[in-house]
Amino acid sequence: MMWLVFAFGAWALGWWVNARLAALPRTRVTGLVVPLIFGLTLIAIWEGVVRGFDISAVLLPAPSMIAARFAASTAILWEDFVQTVIKGALTGYVSGCGAAFLVAILVDRFDFLRRGLLPVGNFVAALPVIGMAPILVMWFGFDWQSKAAVVVVMVFFPMLVNTVQGLADSSAMQRDLMRTYAAGYWTTLLKLRLPAAMPFIFNGLKIASTLALIGAIVAEFFGSPIRGMGFRISTSVGQLALDLVWAEIVVAALVGSAFYGIVALIERMVTFWHPSQRHL
Amino acid sequence: MSRNTLPVLTVVLAIFLLWYIAAIFLNAAWAHDKATRSGEVLTTQTLVADTWSQEKPKLPAPHQVGAEIWKTTVEKKITSKRSLIYHSWVTLSATLIGFALGTGLGIALAVGIVYNRTMDMSVMPWVIASQTIPILAIAPMIIVVLNAVGISGLLPKAMISMYLSFFPVVVGMVKGLRSPDAMQLDQMRTWNASATQTFWRLRLPCSMPFLFTSLKIAMAASLVGAIVGELPTGAVAGLGARLLAGSYYGQTIQIWSALIMAAALAAALVALIGFVQRMTLKRMGMA
Amino acid sequence: MQEAAVQMPDTVPGQSVISAHHLDLTFQTNDGPVHALKDVSLDIAKGEFVSFIGPSGCGKTTFLRCMADLEHPTGGEITVNGVSPEEARRSRAYGYVFQAAGLYPWRTIGGNVRLPLEIMGYSKAEQAERVARVLELVELAGFENKFPWQLSGGMQQRASIARALAFDADILLMDEPFGALDEIVRDHLNEQLLKLWARTQKTIAFVTHSIPEAVYLSTKIVVMSPRPGRITDVIDSPLPPDRPLDIRDTPAFLEVAHRVREGLRAGHGDE
Repeated sequence: MMWLVFAFGAWALGWWVNARLAALPRTRVTGLVVPLIFGLTLIAIWEGVVRGFDISAVLLPAPSMIAARFAASTAILWEDFVQTVIKGALTGYVSGCGAAFLVAILVDRFDFLRRGLLPVGNFVAALPVIGMAPILVMWFGFDWQSKAAVVVVMVFFPMLVNTVQGLADSSAMQRDLMRTYAAGYWTTLLKLRLPAAMPFIFNGLKIASTLALIGAIVAEFFGSPIRGMGFRISTSVGQLALDLVWAEIVVAALVGSAFYGIVALIERMVTFWHPSQRHL
Repeated sequence: MSRNTLPVLTVVLAIFLLWYIAAIFLNAAWAHDKATRSGEVLTTQTLVADTWSQEKPKLPAPHQVGAEIWKTTVEKKITSKRSLIYHSWVTLSATLIGFALGTGLGIALAVGIVYNRTMDMSVMPWVIASQTIPILAIAPMIIVVLNAVGISGLLPKAMISMYLSFFPVVVGMVKGLRSPDAMQLDQMRTWNASATQTFWRLRLPCSMPFLFTSLKIAMAASLVGAIVGELPTGAVAGLGARLLAGSYYGQTIQIWSALIMAAALAAALVALIGFVQRMTLKRMGMA
Repeated sequence: MQEAAVQMPDTVPGQSVISAHHLDLTFQTNDGPVHALKDVSLDIAKGEFVSFIGPSGCGKTTFLRCMADLEHPTGGEITVNGVSPEEARRSRAYGYVFQAAGLYPWRTIGGNVRLPLEIMGYSKAEQAERVARVLELVELAGFENKFPWQLSGGMQQRASIARALAFDADILLMDEPFGALDEIVRDHLNEQLLKLWARTQKTIAFVTHSIPEAVYLSTKIVVMSPRPGRITDVIDSPLPPDRPLDIRDTPAFLEVAHRVREGLRAGHGDE
């Protein structure tokens, strides 16, 4: 009962503080503090409800328990992180996006190819590509190579479609201007079309960053060596060690946000001129 | 449309061609193995014929997959456990329920975010952050936990689908409901319109293009959710289960036919939304 | 031009439809405060056609938005029909025409004109009757079932004026309504607007940056200048109420236009 009161109190306090803060003029500080308080409130409610209703740890462990497990198993978590994120996701991400970028430049040179590949690429990007995972695990074995391959397949088409669209984005007037300078294909590509395509390319990179982690983790459900985040999640669920599952999810969440954040940060530096980035 | 038909057909044809060629190379090793064991000598012709007709090839040729799909859809009774239509239906029902729940919840939350400043500032950053989290990784846990509470069957999968389809809808609808420009909102103000009137007459119609775009993403995500949600249930039924069972027993043709079926399902669902989108926006004069 | 700020209104305050006294409006921005309006006093009598003219940033649109309760002055006072702008807005005292027609593409022309009537809760029969009447007024009868994108820009703007007229407000606030149209369409619409004004006896406040437009339309021209936004001259037009388009070639017209230009130049020189 005490804990339920605590949960309710946390909710009331958090919401009250946030309502007060939200009424203030919006600044960078309130923009950061308000969601932070909201997140902390949720965790407090979670803790209170789990303890208050005495929910079994097999169903939903309390945040404090997850934190304790996290601290106790850093070695395992690190091993899984290296296996899944560094070896699987990152390798696949770099090679997949790189390949898509090169293909996009090639495709862009030939109008026929572009008109043929863009609809097909859009189509494939909407398919449940993740279903390729079992096949790729068969082809490339249980280790990280197959995970990287899954990631490559998942990120390739979204990246390709975005890059091709971006390369077509420069206006006819801008291209005409380059022609009046007698600029050749490569000069136009480097000076005009690639910079103009950057917002699209980064959009693709951002979409790919979330797909990469999902691909690497889910691919491990179809077979993996005895390490990796997906492996740990599926086996720990089987052993009802949900605190470890949640610890892995925390890692996944942190990695996912950091990955996305880094790409977004680079985007802000590269495409500072684009209207979507010019809010300050 | 017609301008793109020829290039698209060419690309599709090229994909099939590459597929057949890849099948030759990927399956050649097994064919050679078999030939050596039985002491046969393989000519190019017999090699090609063999690689395109193995029982458990590394990469089945398109016609093998086509034949398997034909066999498991048209020739099997729909009630049969081996009917692909039965498995597709299992996945589709979870997808649609999850999609409907996710869309409803997403729209409701978007309305809250647009009309309540506290909610906007508290919830919106988390909605965006949650996009960067590999939610699918939680799928097996949700299934197991819900099973433990006694909820099994369709609903756990639908929950995962809902969870996945809910975020694109929130983000799209928040954008859409905020898409009326300052002038249009001022105009409503000069008429002393209430918040409800502004919502129904201005914000909601303005959000339609955004809604449909997010619905397409949500539908695709919902299907992925349903398929992944079928993985940890021990491969009982559904396209995901077919994938997993296929990968246990090395039934590559079965994996590919489930995969193609999933792709067809996704394409059909997205195309359906696209059709409704075109009809609606055309009637609304927005396309 | 310093006396302009203290120029007394020539109408009795009790009869003025819009009355502003020492109005101030300061926006707080990252680069410090911006004085959008400073010490603006003006009275608009019933039935007048008042134009506001000045370079961008002079506060003419801001002033109009203050009348409409779309901006809130930080000092001074303003009344519309003798009450605060907010009360006036709640009692639907004015129709507002924006620079863009802003018609909803998913509604027909009739549906667009009906929109404010639906919001204000008129009966179905009343709605139909009024839509027909105002569309007649702007010469768009017969286009009721067309969609906005099937009409030219000038026709769309006429529909948006019809929309502002539909609920019988006595005041019409117009913010550069013809700014985006080409010269010939604009002339035509100006002529129609004058006829409409003569027929309906409405009080019109009209923001523009075109000198000929201001002189041609107005009974009173308010010249404004920026930084801080203020009134530098108020010119009562000597032109007769009946104005054919070629009045613009008469000496009287040119003289008023000249005075407006002088006012604008003087305001510019103040910087």
